[in-house]
Amino acid sequence: MGANGTNEAFVAFDRVQKSYDGETLVVKDLNLAIAKGEFLTMLGPSGSGKTTCLMMLAGFETATNGEILLDGKPINSVPPHKRGIGMVFQNYALFPHMTVAENLSFPLEVRKIGKSDREAKVKRALEMVQMGDFGGRRPAQLSGGQQQRVALARALVFEPELVLMDEPLGALDKQLREHMQFEIKHIADSLGITVVYVTHDQTEALTMSDRVAVFEDGRIQQLAPPDQLYEAPENSFVAQFIGENNSLEGVVEQINNKVAVVRLDSGDLIDTIPVNVSQVGERTRVSIRPERVEFIKDRLSPDAHTLKAEVLEFVYMGDIFRTRLRVAGKDDFIIKSRNAPDQVRLKPGQTIEIGWMPEDCRALDA
Amino acid sequence: MSGLPPYASTGQRIWYYAFRVICGLIFFFLIAPILTIIPLSFNAEDFFTFTPGMLAFEADAYSLKHYQDFLTSPDWQAALRNSLSIAPVATLLSVSFGTLAAIGLSQDHVPFRRAIMAILISPMIVPLIISAAGMYFFYSRIGLQGTYVGVVLAHAALGIPFVIITVTATLVGFDRSLTRASASMGANPVTTFFKVQMPLILPGVISGGLFAFITSFDEVVVVLFVGSAAQKTLPWQMFIGLREQISPTILAVATILVAISVVLLTVVELLRRRSERLRGMSPG
Repeated sequence: MGANGTNEAFVAFDRVQKSYDGETLVVKDLNLAIAKGEFLTMLGPSGSGKTTCLMMLAGFETATNGEILLDGKPINSVPPHKRGIGMVFQNYALFPHMTVAENLSFPLEVRKIGKSDREAKVKRALEMVQMGDFGGRRPAQLSGGQQQRVALARALVFEPELVLMDEPLGALDKQLREHMQFEIKHIADSLGITVVYVTHDQTEALTMSDRVAVFEDGRIQQLAPPDQLYEAPENSFVAQFIGENNSLEGVVEQINNKVAVVRLDSGDLIDTIPVNVSQVGERTRVSIRPERVEFIKDRLSPDAHTLKAEVLEFVYMGDIFRTRLRVAGKDDFIIKSRNAPDQVRLKPGQTIEIGWMPEDCRALDA
Repeated sequence: MSGLPPYASTGQRIWYYAFRVICGLIFFFLIAPILTIIPLSFNAEDFFTFTPGMLAFEADAYSLKHYQDFLTSPDWQAALRNSLSIAPVATLLSVSFGTLAAIGLSQDHVPFRRAIMAILISPMIVPLIISAAGMYFFYSRIGLQGTYVGVVLAHAALGIPFVIITVTATLVGFDRSLTRASASMGANPVTTFFKVQMPLILPGVISGGLFAFITSFDEVVVVLFVGSAAQKTLPWQMFIGLREQISPTILAVATILVAISVVLLTVVELLRRRSERLRGMSPG
């Protein structure tokens, strides 16, 4: 899936910068290549520049510096209505004075497509999102989920090759949101369209995307497929932002290519793999996923460094147990264990030894 | 809504009724002068007062002769024609320019928006006599004084503020992502304006247009300054009628104008409600 360089990319950002006031850069030196047919998500907290990037691609904002290429052609001076990019808006932006069918018909009328052709395309698009019976309704008569489907159908009905989605599921409740995630993904895959999706919801990003670009402070912090992003975050921001994460601070004591031994601020020693550290004495923040922490002695390798932990809280969540521990002086260390028949249920006050495989513990920037 | 709560104190009770009496008095103060002229316009005599016969509801104390006078007198008919040829054109100009101005001024990137808005609204705030005097001197200089075009332009300038205010109010609730959505679907700005923006701000445009029409239709000060005998409008003729001949025909005309205003307001309000309901903006 990954694009190899700007030349073959369907969408490319080439050293793009954006400033609204001429002083502070909202987007700092963005380079990004998106392959044809790829589902790419721009993920980040609000104010990280992700929506600005999407708006620049759609043509509603202009890049202060740099070039945006679509199918190899620069589009900086192409107005939005000539870019042929479909878009789903956060608030759906359905035209309230038109029926659902008229809304879908609008982009086709603008393209001067004949009436019978239009009707067939509208019908097909509505059926694709399971809204075939709603053509005569007005947007105000639809529920949020139905409006969302119509907005999606409207962005797809004129068969654009690139579709942008700006937090399209933000206003839906959790169940519907999860359902729509899969539906959007399936539709995008079956049509073979390229999707650039903006969200601040990391679960959404992980479930839907081929690749995720994590934005923070106007830069892409990491661009990777979901599994790499989750299992191999390249810096502390990504580790904290994606999924639940335990972080411990300390100083590198020994280092070689494969392992860095870190002395935590509490004095304990742990084994980590060096990611952003290169020399002894460097400060580091160590990241461990809660589900990779082990507390049963037999399951740990005999020479592994372990830490003493005190159980503070045990939460039964159905499929998993979530236990909060005090580790190395910090009382927000979380472990998650699967609810299996042989699983141990820890009790508050209990003292245990925890450990992990060194490769699950990453020494990142402090 | 259902009146006083059971725990209301004496003071609250007194205020509850006093409030209604005060509201009734204010309403009476506003409406009484208008309501009085309606029966008077059916006076069989050439007086501006109720005759004893009218007060006794005698049938022959009433007549339609003032209406007949209005419909047959060449003076009044000319005035009516002038009013009807000036007001719609002035309204059209007000609506076009006012709507464009409101849309332009609603965009963030326009510099000095507040100052420009204040200038455009000023005909509504500046005393009419001052606008009229200013227009008189200006229009004389450029040869528009005493012409049809001059009166139309003057009335358009008076009507523009109403359109700007009503359209600006509608634009406040206008979702900018709708125009973006339209552009993303390939519609150029002109198509977007007529197919997306215009239908949605139409209620504001219509109300503004109605105000502009009524402004032109019953304006007397500016037309006295800027117009000449050839542009004598209905209000001007009524003014002359009061000063020179004191004919109750004025009352008949006034009654007709009131009726027209009521009909116009009702029709526009019904249209506006209908379009809002279609759009699902207001419940049922």
